[in-house]
Amino acid sequence: MTTAAVGTDRKPATMAQALCRAMRDAMAEDPAVHVLGEDVGTAGGVFRVTDGLAKEFGEDRCTDTPLAEAGILGTAVGMAMYGLRPVVEMQFDAFAYPAFEQLVSHVSRMRNRTRGAMPMPITIRVPYGGGIGGVEHHSDSSEAYYLATPGIHVVTPATVADAYGLLRAAIASDDPVVFLEPKRLYWSKADWDPERPEPVPGIGRAVVRRRGGSATLITYGPSLPVCLEAAEAAVAEGWDLEVIDLRSLMPFDDETVCASVRRTGRAVVVHEATSFGGPGGEIASRITERCFHHLEAPVLRVAGFDIPYPPPMLEKHHLPGVDRVLDAVARLQWEADWTATDHPTPTAYESGAR
Amino acid sequence: MTVLEQPGSYRPTPPPAWQPRTDPVPLLPDAEPFRLLGTEAAAELDPQLLLRLYGQLVRGRRYNTQATALTRQGRLAVYPSSTGQEACEVAAALALEERDWLFPSYRDTLAAIVRGLDPVQALTLLRGDWHTGYDPHEHRVAPLCTPLATQLPHAVGLAHAARLKGDDVVALAMVGDGGTSEGDFHEALNFAAVWRAPVVFLVQNNGFAISVPLAKQTAAPSLAHKAVGYGMPGRLVDGNDVAAVHQVLSEAVARARAGGGPTLVEAVTYRIDAHTNADDATRYRTDAEVETWRAHDPVDLLRRELTGRKLLDEATIRAEQDAAERMAADLRERMNQDPELDPMELFSHVYTQQTAQLREQAAQLRAELTAAGELPAAQEGRPQEGRQR
Ligand SMILES: Cc1ncc(C[n+]2csc(CCOP(=O)(O)OP(=O)(O)O)c2C)c(N)n1
Repeated sequence: MTTAAVGTDRKPATMAQALCRAMRDAMAEDPAVHVLGEDVGTAGGVFRVTDGLAKEFGEDRCTDTPLAEAGILGTAVGMAMYGLRPVVEMQFDAFAYPAFEQLVSHVSRMRNRTRGAMPMPITIRVPYGGGIGGVEHHSDSSEAYYLATPGIHVVTPATVADAYGLLRAAIASDDPVVFLEPKRLYWSKADWDPERPEPVPGIGRAVVRRRGGSATLITYGPSLPVCLEAAEAAVAEGWDLEVIDLRSLMPFDDETVCASVRRTGRAVVVHEATSFGGPGGEIASRITERCFHHLEAPVLRVAGFDIPYPPPMLEKHHLPGVDRVLDAVARLQWEADWTATDHPTPTAYESGAR
Repeated sequence: MTVLEQPGSYRPTPPPAWQPRTDPVPLLPDAEPFRLLGTEAAAELDPQLLLRLYGQLVRGRRYNTQATALTRQGRLAVYPSSTGQEACEVAAALALEERDWLFPSYRDTLAAIVRGLDPVQALTLLRGDWHTGYDPHEHRVAPLCTPLATQLPHAVGLAHAARLKGDDVVALAMVGDGGTSEGDFHEALNFAAVWRAPVVFLVQNNGFAISVPLAKQTAAPSLAHKAVGYGMPGRLVDGNDVAAVHQVLSEAVARARAGGGPTLVEAVTYRIDAHTNADDATRYRTDAEVETWRAHDPVDLLRRELTGRKLLDEATIRAEQDAAERMAADLRERMNQDPELDPMELFSHVYTQQTAQLREQAAQLRAELTAAGELPAAQEGRPQEGRQR
């Protein structure tokens, strides 16, 4: 969507390529970085996100493991204890569940139980979310489970630039990071120069992708394009929507979210994960606690239904789409008088190469 | 109609000839547990080693009785005693070199102490002041592990990482008989064998997982047999014969260090005390059974061997006993002092840097403590509590 800037080598790159490049650059810079998982070596991962790493760095640095998620994450714990920085791939969202015990019982609390003596610089890459017609167990949005576990960071990119920048930050982090990759966006493209990747904010910062004064859409990962599309469509209704891409769910950027909601007075949280017990409830309650007197309407959620992820032929009814987002915006009690306030145009980075 | 149902349409290509994997090391364990004490082979054993093992066994027994007594005084929340299993604990710690790593379970505080840990620090988890009271890097002892068998893949990962770095470091991981039923046991052994990781797995088969006897835990001929399916040797050893356990583990460690890959060692022993001080063992076993095992006590076995060979006199026995008493008295005294705890440290080690959310919550607790007059004045206004690394 962005045009190539003059004098750079920006070419269309996919999110999968940017992720791969992030691992490649991290491995080249730091011999402690090791990639391991199922099919990550010779095959380059089922989504080709680790393509070429085994060839370039050898099987000791990019390792096809036995088929065992607890074993992958459990051995990564031991590797981290010995000074390595493992990057593990969980093949699909729902196949990370066998590794939950290691994540919850050890990865997330090893630093804490050892009073800081044993950090766990592990990156856990999890392709997640629906919209690709996957069969059962290939489309879950498990972020609420991860968010309920103190001691891990939870991040999710929505743009090509963030895919690279956030993954570099995750690998460089001395804390464990669950890195959720929206598989629906793996093949989304943007003009992006792998030789001079633009700097992106690190873990913990949200970004305003679209400026607006009527209401704030708060979203992340696969739902960002949906919200941006909804915001464009809303112009016809006279609504000027601000769109926030959270990028990092833990830590959570209260500051950016609250600054926006205090200005707009209205907020809708949009995600694919289920509504009940999902991240939206937490976000809505944080906003209510901090911005109550600025709110013109209750904070609404547009989320997946509270059902096990549906079969592919029905997923279109489950996933929050543009219409559902616009319906929610319409329910924000528009009788109140609102005036679009001044808001600067987003930078090229903020507007997001999608 | 499926393809298979159409006559003549299914033409399987013959599979290529199956090639069994060959390994020069015999994988199957012996039918009887390996023993040294009381056999002719024991005459070959180094007297210095035997005396060292004896000293540690005597101290280990005294440590177990002292720690159990501390639970009755309310100084320890809980203590899983290793009385009767001291030979495994001592041998595990002494079979390793200093650069090696030990991965203990919650029952293995004694092994950690023999490895050099301060007993008070090793008991922090059980006293309840912090989860791990020591820096694992200092003596290369991983945190005492409470969830069953989850430390086994850690041992594999660490050993694998060490080998990738070119260090000849071995990891020894300890697990109970019940823990061998967990999925992590399988995954760890499989990874270790495929990666030929320098790991030794020590199963202390003490007969029970809380109340459940081995027969209800597994149908395998022995736990050592489980090794065969992974492609690593399984060794069966008398877990009350400290010389035998030490030898079998030392061989396995040497084999791992030389690049020979992992070994699974099953030490057959018995838990003389209940599972913990909170458990009533009379519900699931008889006094007669316990008495049979008391007659096979690891400390007595070694003492008989040493006195029989005139390597141990009354004076040395008394000297070792006195050393054990001094250790127990020191432990008692230090454990009877109240630990100094800093509640603000709760927020210090969750992440490298505190999140905004944790800073808010820390401020809340600090305000509560200040209002209650419970915050030592020195701590007020400290920007970031606790040690960072
Ligand atoms: C994953 C897990 N499940 C259950 C428990 C509760 N539990 C603690 S000890 C124990 C029995 C363990 O028996 P075994 O492995 O034989 O070791 P032992 O206590 O005999 O040394 C159980 C069930 C636990 N700690 N971890």
